[in-house]
Amino acid sequence: MLLETRGLVKQFGEFRAVDGVAFRVQDGEVLALIGSNGAGKTTLVNLISGLLRPDAGSIHFRGADVTAQSVHERIGAGIARSFQLVNLFDQLSALDNVALSIFSRQGKTRKLWALAEADRPVWQEALEILATFRMDAKAAVPAGGLSQGERKLLDVAVAYALKPKLLFLDEPTSGVSTREKSPIMDTIASVVRSEGISAAIIEHDMDVVFGYSDRIVAMHQGTILADGTPEQIRRDERVLTTLIGTPEAR
Amino acid sequence: MSTAAVTLPQRTHVRTLSWAIPALVILVALPWVAGEYQTILLAYGLVMGIAALGFNLLLGYTGLLSFGHSAYFGVGAYTVALMVKYLGVTSMELFLVGAVGACVLVTAIFGVACVRYTRIFFGILTMALSQVLWSLAFKFFWVTGGTDGLRVPTPTLLGVVAGKGDKIAFLATAYYYYVLAIFVVCVAVMWVIVNSPFGRALQAIRDNEVRAAFVGIQIRKYRWVAFLVSGVFTGLAGALWVPLNGLTTPDIMHWTFSGEIVFMTVLGGFRSFTGPVIGAIVFNYLKTYAVGYTVYWQLLLGVVLVVLVVSLPTGIVGSAERLWARRRSR
Amino acid sequence: MDILAIHLLNALLYASVLFLIAGGLSLIYGVMRIVNLAHGNLYAFGAYVSAWAVGGVTALVTGGGTSAPSTALLLLVLPAGAVAAAAVGAVLEPTLLRRFYKRAEEYQLLVTFGLLMIIDDVIRFIWGPYPLSASALFENFGSVTVGEVIYPTYNFLVIAVGGLAAAFLWAFIYKTRFGVVLRATSQDMRMSAALGVNVNRVYVQAFTLGCLMAGLAGAIIVPSQSAVLGMGVDALILSFIVVVVGGLGSLEGALLGALIVGVVREAGIAWFPEIELAVLYLIAALVLLARPAGLFGRT
Repeated sequence: MLLETRGLVKQFGEFRAVDGVAFRVQDGEVLALIGSNGAGKTTLVNLISGLLRPDAGSIHFRGADVTAQSVHERIGAGIARSFQLVNLFDQLSALDNVALSIFSRQGKTRKLWALAEADRPVWQEALEILATFRMDAKAAVPAGGLSQGERKLLDVAVAYALKPKLLFLDEPTSGVSTREKSPIMDTIASVVRSEGISAAIIEHDMDVVFGYSDRIVAMHQGTILADGTPEQIRRDERVLTTLIGTPEAR
Repeated sequence: MSTAAVTLPQRTHVRTLSWAIPALVILVALPWVAGEYQTILLAYGLVMGIAALGFNLLLGYTGLLSFGHSAYFGVGAYTVALMVKYLGVTSMELFLVGAVGACVLVTAIFGVACVRYTRIFFGILTMALSQVLWSLAFKFFWVTGGTDGLRVPTPTLLGVVAGKGDKIAFLATAYYYYVLAIFVVCVAVMWVIVNSPFGRALQAIRDNEVRAAFVGIQIRKYRWVAFLVSGVFTGLAGALWVPLNGLTTPDIMHWTFSGEIVFMTVLGGFRSFTGPVIGAIVFNYLKTYAVGYTVYWQLLLGVVLVVLVVSLPTGIVGSAERLWARRRSR
Repeated sequence: MDILAIHLLNALLYASVLFLIAGGLSLIYGVMRIVNLAHGNLYAFGAYVSAWAVGGVTALVTGGGTSAPSTALLLLVLPAGAVAAAAVGAVLEPTLLRRFYKRAEEYQLLVTFGLLMIIDDVIRFIWGPYPLSASALFENFGSVTVGEVIYPTYNFLVIAVGGLAAAFLWAFIYKTRFGVVLRATSQDMRMSAALGVNVNRVYVQAFTLGCLMAGLAGAIIVPSQSAVLGMGVDALILSFIVVVVGGLGSLEGALLGALIVGVVREAGIAWFPEIELAVLYLIAALVLLARPAGLFGRT
């Protein structure tokens, strides 16, 4: 098992955003995390990636307890994420954005006495990563000047450049036109699967959820409501009533 | 495999050299052309340029506005003065080593406290710390000479050149070239630092702290290193300044002096590499000529600062670059 | 025992003044999210204006003969500093500061730093480099015996004003309609605007109130301690220690912080006169290490 949380709790005042969650991710699987707004999905990802500290419970990654580790240490261990509201260095080019991840991953950001531009292998790899995400044509464009779909992909590429074992994608297609969704998800899915990276995708678009995941975890009011294959979830009464609406007539 | 993105930076390097080399030639030739007074005046400007260069590593590149950089300038200057007073040192090289060492110590300690915070708390904390040092310089007057300050004679350069005899001539020739050499080295070193992977990480922290953290950059540690480097550059400037001035007094550690460093950086343009240096040199001339006209020097500074921030936020260099770009696009 | 009472009174005196300054700073930040670096100099400006007004009236009244101005008259004139500071604030906010709310915070800091320098020299220009006092008013109050020791009666007035100000502000912010509008705007500016609140008017009113508090602090302290150059920046740094301890944006925090700083400073002066400032900074550092937003603060 790649990731496991035990009894994870996060409270904001009186409100329990995450209430005793046991969340698991296996090696090499792509799972979707669904739930209505406020169910606790993003809070869970924030806890696992290290943005927030839990009030109770623990997080275990590749057998080690990472609950007390900093964001920096978790990234070193292999957990990376993209953001719901695209979070990039807008003034920098797409290439620069990806290159920074590589510099950081290789520990080169500690070097004061070396010219960043002179490090050819880093720039080569950055360009290759952009090509993998079909964005190499836009390498020199500032991140702020890309389309929403491209920005979302770049956000994923920046996280991918950290060579993680587990990648959290927070609504990778939100704000993206329907036409663009499939190509984006195809790209992400093929990259992730070919490298054997586990991915947990928060999504609201059910077509994306059912089309790309091996497993679905449904959250509701801070707890896990259901956990199973897409087929199982599609028939699950609780999920249908809380998330999808009325029970499907079959 | 497109290399367009990688070759682009080289073109800016050529452009940089196209004005940097003539500027250097002018600086080297100056003592032969202008008089002693002008040369010494420019030496002051170059020294402040080093201080502003250091200051801007924090402001322009890391996004931290310090109102207490006078503290490090003062630590540099007083280290030199105290080395003269208690150790009888005369070697400029030893002065520089001592000043850098003292600054590393002070900035390391202050930095640990300051980098936990950003923006206003950072600004106020830096201001408060420099005021503490200023008041210590007063309180321990038997060490620091209080308001009278401490005198510093002309130092020995490279163990050979000494200012025996005509002090002014010494400052206008040998010492000027010494300062110029160190200035060039400082500019080169800072240039490498801001263009290094470390420099990029700093700018990432400035632009988007959360994203920088999630790319694996340890925010506080990097800020601390930037704080250290920044303070050391400014302290080095302080050490170079003392022999020029002949004397060091507590007012160089007062917040008003920090304000001057902030002002000259904003004047030149804090979003560019050369802005702070240009701003420092221009400010130096402004101050020398304006002080003769009015006692209300702070008022003038304040008004110009407000006008700058309101209408010319990119400073001299930034505005010049914009004008140049507009002309080229025609 | 008497000495202890004196120290306590001094601490309260200091706390009253600090509460007004820091409270004003916190109020402005709470509503508009700007920190005015010139705030301390508005306190200084208030002190100078009040000292000048008191001195001026005294000279006017005594000019003719041997009559001394009545305490009541002087008290009437004293708040001139508060009014002056408030007026400056009312002019500055809409003309200069408002355009910086949407810009990066460095620019706000830079422009208010410029204002700090301007006000510093304006004070020097108008009143010169020498301290200005309003001791006539102070002496008129005489002194009171506390056990074995004599204590100036005027100081009780300062403490009373501080306490009244705290009570008044609390009532104002939590019990009046304007207070509701103020709190709403500080929590969510856009929502308030959408609900019909004239946000610009709230801004200038809040800023003016904050400046009034700073000016009032200067006004009430100046009979007890002369107005001197440099008092503004010292006050700025100290009020920041207060908001660091109490939290920026919170009035309760400013009150608690002012009390703590007042007590610590008094204790410091009593036992270790040399390192008093260092003790305060140490407290601030400890509070920040434990709770980065202060005791009550909102980030």
